[in-house]
Amino acid sequence: MTFELVLFYLFGAILLGGALAMISVRNPVHAALFLVLCFVAAAALWLMAEAEFLGIVLVLVYVGAVMVLFLFVVMMLDINLAKLREGFTEYLPAGIVVALAMATVLVLVITRYITMDAPERAGPEYSNTEALGAILYTEYVYPFEIAAVILLVAIIAAISLTQRKRPDNKSIDPGKQMAVSREGRVRMVAMPSEKKKAPRRGAQGSGANAPDSKDGSK
Amino acid sequence: MITLEHYLVLAALLFSISVAGIFLNRKNVIVLLMCIELMMLAVNINFIAFSFFLQDLAGQVFVFFILTVAAAEAAIGLAILVLLFRNRGTINVQDMDAMKG
Repeated sequence: MTFELVLFYLFGAILLGGALAMISVRNPVHAALFLVLCFVAAAALWLMAEAEFLGIVLVLVYVGAVMVLFLFVVMMLDINLAKLREGFTEYLPAGIVVALAMATVLVLVITRYITMDAPERAGPEYSNTEALGAILYTEYVYPFEIAAVILLVAIIAAISLTQRKRPDNKSIDPGKQMAVSREGRVRMVAMPSEKKKAPRRGAQGSGANAPDSKDGSK
Repeated sequence: MITLEHYLVLAALLFSISVAGIFLNRKNVIVLLMCIELMMLAVNINFIAFSFFLQDLAGQVFVFFILTVAAAEAAIGLAILVLLFRNRGTINVQDMDAMKG
């Protein structure tokens, strides 16, 4: 058993153990953290299969962004855990049976019909990122652009879905602001000119000004 | 020596575990989304393994696009989940019966 195989079994065991723990823990926060463990173990396996760029992308994008989003949502929602756990033991036999049947069939097919030994390892001068970029920006440039558009759609959809109007928000609707006409704001009133009245009580200077300014606004 | 079978068997087991997870956690939408992420990880492991053993980079490009779409899916799915919880106060799958389906 080579060192490579030992590493493969180690990370494979971490991956499967993390997956088993993820589906069986009670708390969704713990489930998300176990999923992070799975992703990190899978990234290590991808590194061993000479997919260095995708292994790093898995850690950066998936663990760094998507799982943090999951954790954020799990912690933001105030969930009744007991209610969501109802029926766990009820569905346990069915789940185990289906999973075992599926695993048996898949493993039988794989071990019986597929045999392929590993190719030669690439030398130290080989750069997976460079090779991937070389075909991503030439042969696959249109799918690449479409992927960018899909991400843009996801951004807009996520923001517009979760945005809400707060009732205490004092911001002005720009559409209404643009639609304002002169007639809605200013009313011209024809009236004869008035003489300014002399203040009745000269002693209260500040009190006398208030009714004056009130008259002036009319 | 690692063979292709090692990777494929590992991915098959991972996929089966996530199917079991969908059976067990059928009330909790968040854990259901996580199980779908785990399934996609299993599929991606297959793609990477074939890409390495057949010495063809197209598999890795495909994984790249799957990761992109999965990130978009997770973002929109979680946004819908937040909206659902804000309007209904629950994320139990069995409470989502407004359309009487």
